[in-house]
Amino acid sequence: MKKTGSQILLECLQQEGVDTVFGYPGGTVINIYHDMVDYPIHHILTRHEQAAVHAADGYARTTGKVGVAIATSGPGATNTVTGIATAYMDSVPMVIITGQVPTPLIGNDAFQEVDIIGITRSITKHNYLVQDIKDLARIVKQAFYIARTGRPGPVLIDLPKDIQVASAKFVYPEKVELRGYKPTYSGNVRQMEKAARMILAARKPVLYVGGGATGADASADLLAFAEMTQAPVTTTLMGMAAFPQRHPQALGMLGMHGTYYANMAVTNADLLIAVGARFDDRVTGKIASFAPHAKIIHIDIDPTSIKKNVRVDLPIVGDLKDVLNKLSAALSEEREELATMVDGSAGWRAEIAAWKSSHPMAYQASDSVIKPQYVIEQLRELTADDAIITTEVGQHQMWTAQFFAFSQPRTFCSSGGLGTMGYGLPAAVGAQAAFPERQVIDISGDGSFQMNSQELATLVQYKLPVKIAILNNNYLGMVRQWQEMFFDRRYSQTPMELPIDFVKLAEAYGATGFCATRPEEVSEVIRKALATPGPVLMEFKVDREENVMPMVPAGAAINEMVLAS
Amino acid sequence: MKHTISVLVENEFGVLTRVAGLFSGRGFNIESLSVAPPLDPSVSRMTIVTRGDDRILEQINKQLNKLIDTIKVTDFTGQDYVEREMALVKVTAEEEARAEVLRIVDIFRAKVVDVTPRSYTLEVTGAPTKLDAVIDLLRPMGIKELVRSGPVVMGRGQ
Ligand SMILES: Cc1ncc(C[n+]2csc(CCOP(=O)(O)OP(=O)(O)O)c2C)c(N)n1
Ligand SMILES: [Mg+2]
Repeated sequence: MKKTGSQILLECLQQEGVDTVFGYPGGTVINIYHDMVDYPIHHILTRHEQAAVHAADGYARTTGKVGVAIATSGPGATNTVTGIATAYMDSVPMVIITGQVPTPLIGNDAFQEVDIIGITRSITKHNYLVQDIKDLARIVKQAFYIARTGRPGPVLIDLPKDIQVASAKFVYPEKVELRGYKPTYSGNVRQMEKAARMILAARKPVLYVGGGATGADASADLLAFAEMTQAPVTTTLMGMAAFPQRHPQALGMLGMHGTYYANMAVTNADLLIAVGARFDDRVTGKIASFAPHAKIIHIDIDPTSIKKNVRVDLPIVGDLKDVLNKLSAALSEEREELATMVDGSAGWRAEIAAWKSSHPMAYQASDSVIKPQYVIEQLRELTADDAIITTEVGQHQMWTAQFFAFSQPRTFCSSGGLGTMGYGLPAAVGAQAAFPERQVIDISGDGSFQMNSQELATLVQYKLPVKIAILNNNYLGMVRQWQEMFFDRRYSQTPMELPIDFVKLAEAYGATGFCATRPEEVSEVIRKALATPGPVLMEFKVDREENVMPMVPAGAAINEMVLAS
Repeated sequence: MKHTISVLVENEFGVLTRVAGLFSGRGFNIESLSVAPPLDPSVSRMTIVTRGDDRILEQINKQLNKLIDTIKVTDFTGQDYVEREMALVKVTAEEEARAEVLRIVDIFRAKVVDVTPRSYTLEVTGAPTKLDAVIDLLRPMGIKELVRSGPVVMGRGQ
């Protein structure tokens, strides 16, 4: 029996096991929405297409499955752009489906026509314009395959309206044939032997872990490898939840707002093992002074990440799980040498312990004003271990990374590469849709929250019990901090002059709101919020001019930290 | 250093823009680019001349390979290969200069493909360096128009 293009698309989604999609209707996707009613697919209507894409992203980051978003052509499609770029920078597996004007009209400046393929070419792993209904099933199959394999990423399918209406026989291809796309999964054996030798020869090793460890679901393998070598582990913002942050080997985050001891460890290491990380400039600071004494082993699924920013002594392209396991196996065969290495690096561990105790992550406590870091600590104490945390972008995001101490993989969603304000609330929508029973908390800033606050409606409509914690400093705090430190305290356009009544805002949407203005109210508000069914907004009026410390000024070496303001 | 890279890609919608966009988006330089399908119409062959140090060339190579539509990337630098380019040159040729142009045509085994009382249009093929030499000789006579195809390359032997 023949099916229409929109039915074929929905059949394909079913074949891919998609149960939840996020989107927003419009003229060129109306057929898909019409047919969707007949399929067991849960559609969540966000209040903005950007939010639909971030929600699909939050769904994907927390489940590891491919997130799906749908938007109409023209403004619907352009509204997805920030969401797609966010996912692309952080390697999140997603398929975005946009409607397009009918093929005969393409190129004619038709109503709501944009060249979304052209616009998204550089922010997708791949994208497709479907030109013939006969290609549709194959393209959807390929899109999902490309999105989730290798280094994951978003794939966009632009589907013209006439193709949704046309009909064809539905056959879902069994296999994907892409002669130009064959990711390398298995690490090169000789390279791994060399890596094992380098590790055994090291006396000051450091593991530097990025988001790839989450993407590869390699947390357990990483832990085993780390414990075997006893090497300290520092993580990027993206790698934060891939390694238990309360583990004695954990050094926390490195780079611009990294811990003193992580940055000192990297600067003094004799071997740096980069695991699914890409030496971003926020991590390396001044490249020439980054890990100056270390040999570098770089393990990554994406060959383009290797030697892009830094010299690498030993590259290994492959799946992190595979490579870490094989490295662990190789090391455990060299029992004696491994013991020598572990014993030989005792001095290194002592050095690190000394840095940890001389410069711990800390802040000036207060009993008169709410310190933002204190709110993060209280959230950590009062939430479950498997609570999912999303953030927006700014100071609150960095404090979350510094003080939350994540303990389980896929519990932290934050826009690392693009730094997208407005990401956290819609990402929480996606995470909560994926895990209705778990605690999902968006740690937000007063500025960022207002970039997608309309998603309160989505939370209430779908009874998604997301808890929002706004650290309200009435500032675009992170920018203000830069102005304070590097621009003569000229606070140009960073005070949020109009005080918003966030509690009332929540209530206007039918959600619950609580506000804390004094330190002693913080834990009470969190407890109440967690105990209240449905979405709750918590507003914490925090110390307005608190700064994120330590800080490596832009362009400085990472051991040249400003420690306190 | 100059590199001549041959890229075999799927003959898909928009593939040229993907490759060109990759170069512009990452700040790689393209000195010339020629594209046409070879025997198999499902693929397309691009020949790109670019410049850069080893690190940049390594990135160009890897980034090209990363494109889903890329089947094979060959950097011919340091290999044994044949490289040919064609140029069309419209050169001023009046009175005694006409004979001089024809002498150059003869020496470089070029061809006259169009004649007017005041100009010749020449077709010159060969290695890019040969084209450079011909153009240098013709320049003093007055080149009215010049079109170069950009080189195409092929490895020698089997
Ligand atoms: C979409 C977007 N626009 C601008 C920026 C630049 N920016 C980075 S942090 C920041 C301030 C964020 O303020 P807020 O959400 O209140 O967080 P705070 O730093 O105060 O915790 C701005 C404007 C950005 N990252 N994203
Ligand atoms: Mg703020």
